[in-house]
Amino acid sequence: MNTFNYPLIIWLLPVPPLLAFALIVLLINKSKKASHWTALGGAGLSFIGAMVVFIKAIGTSALAKNPIGSSLNWLPTGNTWLKIGTAVDPLSAITLFFVAWTILMIFIYSVGYHNYGQPKGDNDHPGLPPQGAVISEHGHSHRVPSIEPMYSRFFALISLFAFAMYMLVVSDNLLTLYIGWEVMGLCSYLLIGFWYAKDSVRKAAVKAFITTRIGDVFMLLGIAGLYSITGTLNFHEIFSNPLIMKGLTETISPVFGLSWAGLIGLLVFIGTVGKSAQFPLHVWLPDAMEGPTPVSAMIHAATMVSAGVYLSLRFFPLISAGWQPGEALTPTMTVVAVIGAFTALFAASIAIAQNDIKRVLAYSTISQLGYMVAAIGIGAYTAAAFHLFTHAFFKALLFLGSGSVIHGMEHGSLHIGEHIDAQDMRNMGGLGKKMPVTFWTFVVGGLALSGFPLITAGFWSKDEILSGAFNSAHMAIFVVLAISALLTAIYTARQLTMVFLSVPRTESASHASENKTVMTVPLAVLAFFAICAGWVGIPQEFPLLGKISSGWLQGFLDSMLPFKGEAAGHSLIPLMTSLGVSLGGLLIGWLIYRRYKEANQVDPLRLGLGPVYSLLQNKYWIDEFYSLAFIRPAYWFAEKVSYEFIDKKLIDGILHGIARIGLWLGKILRFGLDLPVVNGAGDGIATGTKKSGKLFSRLQNGKVQHYMGLAVLLLVITGMIVIYLAAAF
Amino acid sequence: MIPLSWYLILSGLLFLIGLLAVLIRKNSIGILMGIELILNAANINLLAFWRYLYANSGDHRGQMFVIVVFVVAAAEAAVGLAMIISAYRRKNTIVANEINELKG
Repeated sequence: MNTFNYPLIIWLLPVPPLLAFALIVLLINKSKKASHWTALGGAGLSFIGAMVVFIKAIGTSALAKNPIGSSLNWLPTGNTWLKIGTAVDPLSAITLFFVAWTILMIFIYSVGYHNYGQPKGDNDHPGLPPQGAVISEHGHSHRVPSIEPMYSRFFALISLFAFAMYMLVVSDNLLTLYIGWEVMGLCSYLLIGFWYAKDSVRKAAVKAFITTRIGDVFMLLGIAGLYSITGTLNFHEIFSNPLIMKGLTETISPVFGLSWAGLIGLLVFIGTVGKSAQFPLHVWLPDAMEGPTPVSAMIHAATMVSAGVYLSLRFFPLISAGWQPGEALTPTMTVVAVIGAFTALFAASIAIAQNDIKRVLAYSTISQLGYMVAAIGIGAYTAAAFHLFTHAFFKALLFLGSGSVIHGMEHGSLHIGEHIDAQDMRNMGGLGKKMPVTFWTFVVGGLALSGFPLITAGFWSKDEILSGAFNSAHMAIFVVLAISALLTAIYTARQLTMVFLSVPRTESASHASENKTVMTVPLAVLAFFAICAGWVGIPQEFPLLGKISSGWLQGFLDSMLPFKGEAAGHSLIPLMTSLGVSLGGLLIGWLIYRRYKEANQVDPLRLGLGPVYSLLQNKYWIDEFYSLAFIRPAYWFAEKVSYEFIDKKLIDGILHGIARIGLWLGKILRFGLDLPVVNGAGDGIATGTKKSGKLFSRLQNGKVQHYMGLAVLLLVITGMIVIYLAAAF
Repeated sequence: MIPLSWYLILSGLLFLIGLLAVLIRKNSIGILMGIELILNAANINLLAFWRYLYANSGDHRGQMFVIVVFVVAAAEAAVGLAMIISAYRRKNTIVANEINELKG
């Protein structure tokens, strides 16, 4: 077995993408071909390494107790060292698996998405999406998509992102995890703002960066608190040391009467709220859809937002400190569960009324992440990790599919010269016949998202969460999650129907065409996982299928838990519920939208829901509320108080006062002291010497007789004085 | 015997003549001659005082002092004349007021 040095491979996992980033940025960015091959090579090496490590990890017994990895001393802190290191335990292993697959697929897809091999556009500018190029063949000219002007930059940035994500996953300590976390935040900012020439894009990038930063500050507080109490940032050392855990659980912190474990868990969870776009910090994720679609798929669906949930899973021992299955939830867990469940329902309801194909998916992502967070909150650790795992595949698939749809639509609108919003689902329709590969893979992704029974991965993981909520008797959470599952199925059916079924509603849609293989192959690969990834986690209690399933995932992940097993018992009610909401929702959605045939037709839901629909479409006016409650007061404060009062009046006033006093003092010194006294003395001595010199130089006339005469005269005068004095005394 | 004051008056007159020559003569040689007169006026003074005050005591230092002054006067004349000749060669004049290279 020891053919590889596994700890070394784990250390090296993040390195190839980082090297690719450096190479592209510093040396080869002039060549688009070299850039994408370098990026793909880096991602490919990391992928191979990740698979080797994953296979080793699933073959290792008691992995949770003895993670693969090593650590080294990094910073001397007084008598001890701050250690950094890498470790792969069951949670990192499955995260590594989906991260490696989705990253590689999205890298490949990006080559096609950014129109590699197409001609340069005539009016393309860096910072704007490509506008298309005119080519002439056989005597007539037509417009085709043009290559992205900042192609190399894109691959450099996603390579940097891949580095950060790998680093976060293989870290065995909070410090390097946090570094990866923040580098991802930076990449997210840069990639959302990739087409920075558009005002809305810049605003979205800044919004994403600042909103997640709010969560990060709290998370950093949690990290600092944990380090000051335990003196280490290593997960394994903290969570598997009963003494530390006992101390953290039983000492009461000064905040809200929470235990230190609960407080730190809560602070770190706020980091998750920011990164995984949970209510109330969810507002950045829908706007982040301004970025290129591969970015949305990778950063804002499969990996970075998953990292938030991954962090909460990592901190599950702290969040659930002092809790045993079957007991009442701790305050921290209650907060987590309520936020998760509320976000799941809230975002799903918004997704129903959105028309932008990517925004629907963005809200769907928020909603699904809310599912996982709620599962963590009720202690269904394995279910949350399972859903994280399956969601990454089918959501990446859906985003790439939507990118493919948009790409096809743009192709159609370029071809016939129609100017429409290629992302608006009202302009689509009937694309299933034009883009068969995209259609079928999108259907797979959509069914997985809505939890289509038995075959799709989403069904198994979602069922796991629902049964977790039901069996641990958290009925409110269960009902909320069931309703959001119903909404999920409805908006998925709505999206599928509006985009792919029925008839084309615009000329562009009827001229859309399937994309190149480089884009469809990743779709097919991810569709494979969107179905099969769920089979590893079929619970053994499940009727019929459970008999042949090994329940491998549950066994693999349960070893991470601080307590033995989850709530016992299995009931058919959650199973029936998830069957019912999934199939029912899909049917309802299809029934409502199958008659939607004109682009300017009123949305059938609007007729049914009336003002509620406007509320949903405007996202509960949360953005407007934040603008009113925080952003405008902040601007007002900055403008009126900070700038006009403090800066201009107070600080400038003091400075001007000091300057004026200085000027006045300077004048007095100049005209009172410097000019008359110092200059006067200096000049006086000089002119005096000069004048006396002139005067006496008349005596020095070179005539010896004058000298003699003067000498005699002086002698006579002196003699007379001496004689007079001698006579007088 | 002729009283001492007569010698002193002669000496004074001689000194005044010499001084006058030094101060107002244009010719450098005249100035030199004035200096000789001054020196000899001093000599007369020295000899007169010696004769009246010390001649009987056998002290001959007054006479010796005069001899030293002769030597100085001779040397001075030699050097002075040499300088005048040298100045004449260079400037083609022996008028003292025209030899004013040291004018400040």
